[in-house]
Amino acid sequence: MELPDLYLALFISFFKIGLFGFGGGYAMLPLIQREVVDLHQWISVSDFTDIVAISQTTPGPIAFNSATYIGYTAVTEMGFAQGYGVLGSAVCTLAVSIPSLVIMTIVCAFFFRLKNNSWMQASLSVLKPAIIGLIASAALLLMNGYNFVDYKSWIIFGAVLVASLKKADPILLIVLSGVAGLLLYPA
Amino acid sequence: MFFKIGAFTFGGGYAMIPLIRNEVVKKKLWLNDEEFMDMLAIAQSMPGPIALNTALFVGNKRLGFKGSLFSGAGIILPSFIVILFIAIVFTRFRDNQVIERIFKGIRPAVVALIAAPLLGLGRSAGVNLKNIWIPVVTALSIWLLNISPVYVILAAILLGTGHYLFVKQKMKK
Repeated sequence: MELPDLYLALFISFFKIGLFGFGGGYAMLPLIQREVVDLHQWISVSDFTDIVAISQTTPGPIAFNSATYIGYTAVTEMGFAQGYGVLGSAVCTLAVSIPSLVIMTIVCAFFFRLKNNSWMQASLSVLKPAIIGLIASAALLLMNGYNFVDYKSWIIFGAVLVASLKKADPILLIVLSGVAGLLLYPA
Repeated sequence: MFFKIGAFTFGGGYAMIPLIRNEVVKKKLWLNDEEFMDMLAIAQSMPGPIALNTALFVGNKRLGFKGSLFSGAGIILPSFIVILFIAIVFTRFRDNQVIERIFKGIRPAVVALIAAPLLGLGRSAGVNLKNIWIPVVTALSIWLLNISPVYVILAAILLGTGHYLFVKQKMKK
C-alpha cells in the first residue's frame, strides 16, 4: 500500500469511529476493534487488548489513545520510517476529533433548544440502553483464545472482576495481573 | 488559559469530570452549576470522546469556534505525547519474552475491567426488565452476528424516534 492511501484509509476509519462513537470510552471499543483489527488488520487482537490496557493506565480518552497508537504502528509496520508513523498518529487523532468539533459547534449554536428536545430524548431512550450492550460486546469480543490462553487466564479474569466490583484501583489491578503473568508463565 | 484545561485533563476519563467542574465552575466561573450539568448531559449524548466534547463546549462558550480549537488542542496534546512515546518504545520491545509474559497476565484483567462496571452503568442508564432486551440484542448482534456497531447504533436511533412517532400518532387519535 502506498503511503497516501494508507493515510487516507486511517483517516476514514478514525473519522467513522469519531462519528459513531456514542457513549465514549468502552462503548467505542467494538467499533474501533472492527475497523482496525477485523477490516484493515492494522494490528492483531492481542495488540488491541494491550492498547486498551495501556489506555487504562495512562491519561486521556481511549479513542485518542488508540488513534495515536494505531496511527504510528500501522504506518511503521508497513516498513515506513518513524517520522511517517508520527504523521500517521496525527492523522488518526485529527480524524477522530473532527466529527466532535463539527457536532459540538452546531450543538453550541442550538444548545438551549436541544436540551429539552423531545426527538433527542426519544432517540436516547433506546440509545442509552444500547450503549450498555456495546460495552458488553466489547468485553465479549475480547474474551477469545488470543487473550485467554488457558485456565490461568480465567483465574486472573475472575479475581480482577471481583476486586474491581469491590472498587479496587484499576491501575493497581493491572500492575498486579502483570506480576501474576510473570509468575504464572515461566520463560 | 485553555492550556490549563489540557494540563489537568491528565487525570483522564470519567475521573476528570469533577476536576473540570472545579476549574470551569468554581475557579473560572465560566459556567454555573446548572449549565455545567446540562453541558455534561449533551456531551455524553453526542458521538465522540466525552472529554473532548466537554472541552469543545466550554471553549466554544467562551471564545466561539476559535476557543473550541484551543481547548480541543489542549485536551488532545497531553495524551498524544504520552501515547506516541509509548508506541515508539513499545513497538521495539513487543517481541521481548518478559513483556509478553506480563501482557499474558494483563489481557484477561483488561476484559474484567471492561465487564465490571456493566451492572452499575446499566442501572444509571435506566435499564430495567422492560428494556433489558435492548442491551442484550445489541451485544449479541455485534458479538455473535458480527454486525457493524455503526448499523446497531443507527438502528437504536431509528427505533427510538420511530417509537416516539408511533406514540405521538396514537395520542392524536
